[in-house]
Amino acid sequence: MSTKLVQKLDRVVIRFAGDSGDGMQLTGDRFTSQTALLGNDLSTLPNFPAEIRAPQGTLPGVSSFQLHFADHNVLTPGDAPDVLVAMNPAALKANLRDLPRGATIIVNTDEFTKRNLSKVGYAESPLDDGSLESYHVHPVALTSIAVEALASFTDLTRKEKERAKNMFALGLLSWLYTRPMDGTEVFLKAKFADKPVILEANLAALRAGFNYGETTEDFSVSYEVAPATMAPGTYRNVTGNVALSLGLVAAAHRAHLPLFLGSYPITPASDILHTLAGLKRYGVATMQAEDEIAGVGAALGASFGGALGVTTTSGPGLALKAETIGLAVSLELPLIVCDIQRGGPSTGLPTKTEQADLLQALFGRNGESPVAVVAPSTPADCFEIAVEAVRIATTYRTPVIVLSDGYLANGSEPWRLPRTAELPDITVEFATEPNATDDKGEPVFHPYLRDPETLARPWAIPGTPGLEHRVGGIEKADVTGNISYDPDNHDHMTRLRQAKIDGIADTIAPLEVDDPTGDADVLVLGWGSTFGPIAAAVRLARIAGARVAQAHLRHLNPFPANTGEVLRRYERVIVPEMNLGQLALLLRARYLVDVESHTSVRGLPFQAGELADVIATAVASLSDAHLKETAQ
Amino acid sequence: MTTDLGMPLSPSGAPGATGTAGVPRLADGTALTKKDFTSDQEVRWCPGCGDYAILAAVQGFLPELGLKRENIVFVSGIGCSSRFPYYLDTFGMHSIHGRAPAIATGLAATREDLSVWVVTGDGDALSIGGNHLIHALRRNVNLKILLFNNEIYGLTKGQYSPTSHVGQVTKSTPLGSLDTPFNPVSLALGAEASFVARTMDSDRQHLTSVLRAAAEHRGSALVEIYQNCPIFNDGVFDVLKDRTEAAARILHLTDGEEVAAGDNVVVRDDRGSLDVVPRADADPSRIVRHDVSAADPSAAFALSRLDSPDLGHVPMGVFRNVQRPTYDDGLREQIASAQTNEITDADIDALLAGRDTWTVGNPAGS
Repeated sequence: MSTKLVQKLDRVVIRFAGDSGDGMQLTGDRFTSQTALLGNDLSTLPNFPAEIRAPQGTLPGVSSFQLHFADHNVLTPGDAPDVLVAMNPAALKANLRDLPRGATIIVNTDEFTKRNLSKVGYAESPLDDGSLESYHVHPVALTSIAVEALASFTDLTRKEKERAKNMFALGLLSWLYTRPMDGTEVFLKAKFADKPVILEANLAALRAGFNYGETTEDFSVSYEVAPATMAPGTYRNVTGNVALSLGLVAAAHRAHLPLFLGSYPITPASDILHTLAGLKRYGVATMQAEDEIAGVGAALGASFGGALGVTTTSGPGLALKAETIGLAVSLELPLIVCDIQRGGPSTGLPTKTEQADLLQALFGRNGESPVAVVAPSTPADCFEIAVEAVRIATTYRTPVIVLSDGYLANGSEPWRLPRTAELPDITVEFATEPNATDDKGEPVFHPYLRDPETLARPWAIPGTPGLEHRVGGIEKADVTGNISYDPDNHDHMTRLRQAKIDGIADTIAPLEVDDPTGDADVLVLGWGSTFGPIAAAVRLARIAGARVAQAHLRHLNPFPANTGEVLRRYERVIVPEMNLGQLALLLRARYLVDVESHTSVRGLPFQAGELADVIATAVASLSDAHLKETAQ
Repeated sequence: MTTDLGMPLSPSGAPGATGTAGVPRLADGTALTKKDFTSDQEVRWCPGCGDYAILAAVQGFLPELGLKRENIVFVSGIGCSSRFPYYLDTFGMHSIHGRAPAIATGLAATREDLSVWVVTGDGDALSIGGNHLIHALRRNVNLKILLFNNEIYGLTKGQYSPTSHVGQVTKSTPLGSLDTPFNPVSLALGAEASFVARTMDSDRQHLTSVLRAAAEHRGSALVEIYQNCPIFNDGVFDVLKDRTEAAARILHLTDGEEVAAGDNVVVRDDRGSLDVVPRADADPSRIVRHDVSAADPSAAFALSRLDSPDLGHVPMGVFRNVQRPTYDDGLREQIASAQTNEITDADIDALLAGRDTWTVGNPAGS
């Protein structure tokens, strides 16, 4: 039993930072898993360079993983870390400016060599020059203590022993925040099942780190964060990409369709391909295509044959897929296109987040080419949005673009598991019989005869006798689907395709507004991954006394039917976006409402504090204006 | 070298299976006719276009397969040839430029019960769609790819194509084309194609026999069809249509037979490639006998290099026809061997839960 003081905290933000090769993502992942099992609510933000191994010890090579956990509902990975674990000078330098004074810094002193310090421009070690005096610095010779702890492993080289330093750090942090390590031990046993010596070394380093915390006098206090109050249920921790993959599988199951993924590797979407490729047991077919175009083409071919065709990509890939998505619009077949957005333009910032593909998703094709667009708001919501995308695609026989992003893709949060049987029933019915008669009274099939309610055309798959027909990208005559260059028919078909997409609004939930006092004058409206930061900012603003309403769009095309009415209810509408105001542009154009953009494209999610200030200023300016009116 | 993936073979993917194994057949005693494969759409190619002859040959050939009509699909790209699906009363898709092999791959991979055909042209398949073509061939997807080669862009009105000759004067090359053309057969063989053949629009009997062999083959089959464009490249293959000229120029590829045309015969030369020499001068031990199923594609490739720009010698027939695992069968087999039971809601629940769960409170029902 520890004889040290144990202090209770309500929330902690930890950032693990090190060289790309230091295993910080794994360390963060494991700490997160331990935290999830303990019942804290949490949110994570991995942040890593695009280079697989940037030069060692340099600023571009710094990889970090931030975790925010609490005994209450957590909305973001946290603005500023309470604790920074810095595995080298570069990690310290790259992250120091994010640290509030008073934060704790655990540094690996072994890496603070003259050479490493000079690589990042430190003339003198910041550990010695007093520049860190406002912080609680714990200098720990992480590498050498870890190596020392593995002295009995005579089969291992020094380099191999050094590699276990991340497990030592994890052990130390596990002690510091009273996290159980059983889960990590099980994980390591599975990971190194074939390498018993490496396994034992990692376990030894992990335990040594824990024991170091217990015994060293440098750490006099350890902390506890009690489990959060969460709705009853069974939970797991999930990243957006995994939730999206699982959502697609569950939706295909509920639709009774085989799932086919055609995809080309691209950051940050590749994990969906990896996840689905491992689910053959569930009937999932995945194909790594020769390029982005072939990926979506194969998916569309599969849809033509009656499968649920899916393709996954990021912004540059969406650009390449545009023509095929246009074909799918013309063919009126279901197709799911998942765009895991990243910083742009061009290759941009592959590993950083942004939500600047909204207009590309809506309008990035030739001609009038409407598609449904949905966006998840949190990592766990990626599951529900996948199910919703499949519902829309199969019901309306249309491509649906899912706009996730790097923040949701790699970030994680606890997810209360749904019951498959309670997911919406989206069973698809294929056409089985001719649906019309010709001049001679013979039964014929009209591939573009529409359902009067949804305007969807029949999904008549090859292999169905009597329904042989041809589809294509040339304009078709309504009903018969024959090639038609008739001007009136083209006008009619263009409007029909638009009306079909507009009609989806009839089956989506109205935009809900969270306005606890019921008398807010300012509305903050977001979409996609900004949900967490906006909700956290609104919470901060309310604590400070501001009356503010919040709403969040998950459907971007069409918008919920009441969107215009909601916008007009407020004196000021603030729209924060990680782009230069794309949703704001749409809202202004469609509803003639003078919404205000607040934008940031730093490759990182908004900080709640920053948004709270924006909200507070807006609310205060209105109060001032009201006071003046009253005074007059 | 191949790696044995240790997968059980499904009946349709078993060694020796034909290209249409797994596709539902007509009941015994019933048959379809050419008329059954003729759609009600008015054919809109230019008068005299070689496509008419190919269409008639395909419509005439399809009943021979004995397959249910609804299980046959034609997928095309963009170009004159790609209008083909509209005129066949099967399922069909007229897609976008160059992408038909990719789209057909997704269809063939998910539908074992379909006979999937791709119709494309020299511009569609070799220019904008070159990447998809080589990858479909490399994967050996069970697709039959009919490449109509007229050495010109027809639909866009007469620009040079990737098979046009160096120096060819067209609307976009008024001083003559500078591009070295592709030899579609060499390209396909270089892309590991398991079946490669060449035939001609005007020789219905030969065309039909090649279609038959292609349909029989399990895996990708690339059939290059010399096709005349009467508007923008008229007469480009005329010398092969004249009976006397053809006899002297066409090197017929018949399995097990000597490769010869008229008085000339193909021999192995000292440099390890092939040459066409008068039979009288040929060393009998060097005369090439065609081996269509040779595992090494080098011999077929050497034959494909006998083409000359002036059509002095043109090999015709099946260059290569070998068995190797197909992508679509492999994909289905991986799934089949991973699946242990019909997937239930409980299976999906278990998948969603993963391995690290925790429970809060007393969830309803537990």
